[in-house]
Amino acid sequence: MSKYEALTGDQAVATAMRQINPDVVAAYPITPQTETVEFFAEYVADGLVTTDFICVESEHSAMSACVGASAAGARVMTATSAQGLALMWEVVYIAASYRCPIVMSLVNRALSGPINIHCDHSDVMGMRDSGWIILFSENGQEAYDNVIQAVRIAEHPDVLLPVVVCQDGFITSHAMERVEVYDDDAVKAFVGTYKPLYPLLDVDNPKTYGPLDFYDYYYEHKRQQVEAMEHALPVILEVAKEFNRKFGRNYGLFEPYRLDDAEVAVVVTNSTAGTAKVVVDDLRAQGLKVGLLKPRVFRPFPAKELADALRHLKAVAVMDRSIAFGSMNNAGPLFLELLAALSLHDVRIPMADYVFGLGGRDIKPSEIETVYRDMLRAAETGKVERLVTYLSVRE
Amino acid sequence: MALKGWKELPIGGVILEAGNAAEYRTGGWRAFRPVFGEAACIHCFQCWLFCPDSSILVDAENEKMMGFDLEHCKGCGICASVCPVNAKVRRQVGDKIPRDDPRLCIRMVEEGKAE
Repeated sequence: MSKYEALTGDQAVATAMRQINPDVVAAYPITPQTETVEFFAEYVADGLVTTDFICVESEHSAMSACVGASAAGARVMTATSAQGLALMWEVVYIAASYRCPIVMSLVNRALSGPINIHCDHSDVMGMRDSGWIILFSENGQEAYDNVIQAVRIAEHPDVLLPVVVCQDGFITSHAMERVEVYDDDAVKAFVGTYKPLYPLLDVDNPKTYGPLDFYDYYYEHKRQQVEAMEHALPVILEVAKEFNRKFGRNYGLFEPYRLDDAEVAVVVTNSTAGTAKVVVDDLRAQGLKVGLLKPRVFRPFPAKELADALRHLKAVAVMDRSIAFGSMNNAGPLFLELLAALSLHDVRIPMADYVFGLGGRDIKPSEIETVYRDMLRAAETGKVERLVTYLSVRE
Repeated sequence: MALKGWKELPIGGVILEAGNAAEYRTGGWRAFRPVFGEAACIHCFQCWLFCPDSSILVDAENEKMMGFDLEHCKGCGICASVCPVNAKVRRQVGDKIPRDDPRLCIRMVEEGKAE
C-alpha cells in the first residue's frame, strides 16, 4: 500500500533513491540539492540501503566515480545543482558517450556568476546537447515519480543513456508537500534488476572502456548515440504507460492542461507550470479560452508531438527560465527549439518568448496573466508585439 | 580491411576483444628510437616493468632483456629514464652526456638517424 508523506522535493528524491537502492551513489553536496545527499547518507548509515556511498571531493570526481562504477556493471545514481554540474562537465559527456545508464537528480539553480543559489534553468540547458535524456518535474511528486521511471528508461537495452531528472531549486526542492510514496516492494519490482551489457567486473570476458577513438570510428559511435535517442521517446512512453497503470498516474511526453479547446497557450516547465495552472483556471472563469502545455521530456525533444498538441491554437507563448545568450534575438532555448519544431511541422501561429525567473526571481500569477493577455491580443491581430520579452526585469 | 559500420560496432566505444591494441601499430609516432646496448645491460627488467606500451622484448625463460618491439614503441624514453645502468653511467661520467651516448645501456637516437 502506498502512503502519503510530507516531504520536500529533495527528500522525495532521496526516498526514491532509498527504494531503488542503487549499487553505487557518488555525490557531493551542493545547494539546493544538499538535502538529497544528506538524507541518502542517513539511509546508508541506518542500513536502509546496501548502496556503496562514495563521498567524493568534488563533482568532477562524483561523475567520474559514477562512470567507473557504471562501467563496472553497477546501477548508479548521483545528484547535483548548477556549479556542481558545471564542474562535472567533461565527464557528463563521457557518461553519455560510454552509454552509462546513470540517473542524476538535478535541482535547478542559476549558474554563476554573479554567484546565486536560487532557481533557474541555466544549469540544465548547458547539458542539453551532452547526450543525456532530460526530464522536468513540476513538484516533489513528479521528481519522485520521474526518478523511479528514469532508472527503467536509462537501463532499457534500446536506450542505455544517462537520464537527468530536474526540479526547481528551493521552490520545490525545499518546499514540503504531500507526496504519495509507493510501497517499497512495488518500486523495487518496477525498477527490477539491472543487467549490464558490458560489465567490466565480468572478468571472464575482459573488455576495454574509453580507448582512443579517432576519425576512423568516433563518428560511428556518435551515430549510435543518435539511434539511442531515437529509441528513447517510445521507451519513455512505454515506461510511463506501465508506471501509470501500476501507480495510478498520468505521465506522457508532456502534460496538456485545459488545452483541447484553448485558443492560446503557454508552454512552461517545472514549478512555474503549477502557478500557470492557477492562472489558467482564473482566466477560464472569466470565459477566456486559455490553456497550458508543460513539457516533461526535453531530451529527446518530441518535436512532432508538441507541434501536433499546439496545432489548433491561435497563439503560443513559451516561458524560458534561461537565456541562450547570443542566439537568435537572445531568446531562451525552449522557445528556439519549439519555434523550429512548429515551423518544421507546418504550424504557422504567432509565437513569443518570455524569459523569466532568472536567479530565482519570483514569478507571480499576475505576470503570467500578462503573458496570456498578450497572446489573446496576438490571436486577434495575428502577430506578436515583441518576439522576446524579459519579464519583470527592472528598467 | 573494411572498417565496421555503426550498426556492427559495440556501443560506447567499448572494445570486447582483449589485447587487440597489438593490432594498432604505433611505432610510426616515434621521434626518438630506443637502442639496446646489450653489453651494458644487467637484465634487471626495470624497462620491461615501466614500459607503458609493452614494447620491451624479453626472453622470460632465460630472464634476458632482448630489445624493443619497434612496431609499437612510441619512443617515450621511459625505459631509458628508469634504467639503473644509465643512472650509473651518468653518475660516473656526468649528467650532461647526450641521450645517445654509446656508454648507456638504453640510448635514445633521433628517428631516421643512424645509430
